[in-house]
Amino acid sequence: MNQASSTPDKAVLIDMYRKMTLAKQNDEQARKVIMSGKLPMIYYSPRGQEVIPAAVSVNLGAEDYICTIYRGIHDMLAKGVPLDSLWAELAGRATGTCKGKGGPMHITHPESGCMVTTGIVGSSMPIANGLALASQVRGEKRVTVAYFGDAASNIGAFHESLNMASVWKLPVVFVCQNNRYGEHTRFEKATAVERIADRGAAYNMPGIHVDGNDPLAMYAAAKEAVERARAGEGPTLIEAMTFRFYGHVFGDADGYMDKAEKEAAMAADPVPRYRQWLIDEGYASDDELTTMEDETGKRIRAAIDGALEAPWPDESELYTDVYVNDFSAA
Amino acid sequence: MAQNKVTTLQAINTALHEAMAQDDSILVFGEDVADPEEGGVNGATRGLSTEFGESRVRSTPISEQAIIGAAIGSAMAGMRPVAEIMLMNFSTVAMDMIVNHAAKLRYMSGGQTAVPLTIRVTTGAGFGTAGQHSDYLEAWFAHTAGLKVVTGSTPAETAGLLKACIFDDDPCIFIENLPAYWQKGEAPEPGQTIPLGKARIAREGSDVTVVTYGPQVAVAEAAAEQLAEEKITVEVVDLRTIQPWDRDTVLNAVAKTGRAVVSHEAVRAFGVGAEISSVIHEELFDQLRAPVQRVGAPSTAVPYSKALESAFVPDADKVVAAIRKTLK
Repeated sequence: MNQASSTPDKAVLIDMYRKMTLAKQNDEQARKVIMSGKLPMIYYSPRGQEVIPAAVSVNLGAEDYICTIYRGIHDMLAKGVPLDSLWAELAGRATGTCKGKGGPMHITHPESGCMVTTGIVGSSMPIANGLALASQVRGEKRVTVAYFGDAASNIGAFHESLNMASVWKLPVVFVCQNNRYGEHTRFEKATAVERIADRGAAYNMPGIHVDGNDPLAMYAAAKEAVERARAGEGPTLIEAMTFRFYGHVFGDADGYMDKAEKEAAMAADPVPRYRQWLIDEGYASDDELTTMEDETGKRIRAAIDGALEAPWPDESELYTDVYVNDFSAA
Repeated sequence: MAQNKVTTLQAINTALHEAMAQDDSILVFGEDVADPEEGGVNGATRGLSTEFGESRVRSTPISEQAIIGAAIGSAMAGMRPVAEIMLMNFSTVAMDMIVNHAAKLRYMSGGQTAVPLTIRVTTGAGFGTAGQHSDYLEAWFAHTAGLKVVTGSTPAETAGLLKACIFDDDPCIFIENLPAYWQKGEAPEPGQTIPLGKARIAREGSDVTVVTYGPQVAVAEAAAEQLAEEKITVEVVDLRTIQPWDRDTVLNAVAKTGRAVVSHEAVRAFGVGAEISSVIHEELFDQLRAPVQRVGAPSTAVPYSKALESAFVPDADKVVAAIRKTLK
């Protein structure tokens, strides 16, 4: 753990863990319910990447925005998307965040600031710019965070977005979760630079390379970038190094992954490591954290049970929300 | 009344000024649109940045994905952006933003987010700009649920429909015909807005109905003039909103004459005309006195040479020929 002078106070440290354990347990339950056959769904596990949005989100307020991607449930939970409507959406039910019309790749919950979840690699960034543009024109202090993966830094939208954000000094933080693989292809094989953070220089913005599995380092990087954006000083590119434990799409055989590297990454699971650090440093007792974890697990199980019992959308919903005033879409 | 005539370009410029003055949430951005860059390559946005400031009126990098992304995000946050994509062909560079995002976010979010943006595009053959600067691609957008596709046929129509798009709560693709920019017509009434989804009868007639839009309205009117000499009267329906289109007005007009031609500058095959023709056949089969005819460009790229370009764009003679087929 990188003990910086900027170590946040206890409440923030505990809050970060609360977000991490929520995302970790949510993922464990998601994989379990898929395997049980009760909820067949397309699922991109974020297991292993929980530290990043936990450390970013404790620097954000409810009014701040995020745009995330299909592997983004950890980002949503960290920002405060409620479990009940999230799970109802995953189950395709009428009570879901999007009335069952979006599903796992398109969770949206403006109330908690989760404005867009995109299934298109690279597309969180151009939209994040627009949200930030609105804040800038209105003179608001709101910050927008765009999450994306390492492979998205090779698509045109990344370059167009960083350039525009920098030219206009938009209040946006670009958070790249570098989990070492783009779908099945290793980072090195598809990316011409060793560090995506270096690409910030091409757009005249700070490019921060940080261990995204180190909560304190990640917290410090996020804090600086969010403060910079809020102060009107422009965007920051953060490359947060991490690793995804369960392949591209859950259920893929991950034969393309380096076994030893994966095993080492899983052995260094950042969530239990942080838990132990909190205990060792006296921020929390084992009992306190166990209680928190148990309560979190109960809430997740209740959300899943509730979702599986929730009503399906009425067939008439197929035709609504196409336009502001519905017309015959049949 | 020559002093009341304005060009389409002037009408667009006036509409943008009126809208921006009326509502602070309206933003205008696109390549070269601010006054230091001369208010757009054709001057459509001239004067806006001087009047409303370069926070609300911004020249952008040549980055169509970023332009439309900025429009989508700001629209979701409550603004009413008017993004200019200089030429309709350049919208192809931003298709992910337009088709996967602008069109679908209301639906995919279950109605939680709205994307009230307007994308102004210019296009049309006639100036020798060939295959990558002149295409009419409205069928692509009309085929995408969630988008509204709108175009005017005169300066006043263009101004009124543009304002309706700007104040509409859905993403609108607003198509402007480049050759029509410098054509004059009656000036729009100040403050006039024309409702979306409502076609207009541009010319009344009782023998054949021509359904069309954009620059082809004038072509259909010229065809009608020719046939009037033979005592054949042609009704011309200007669709105005290509999607969602005004089925009631079109079907009533065709039911009246029992004969229909659908015409557009876009390539005929798989075009908007195919959909409209199909619906007319489905709904009015027993009232039709002849099969519906379609007029459109051939399935080629827009050619450069004046000789070829003139052959590519449907003219009054082609519309007359199609009308005659329905009269056989």
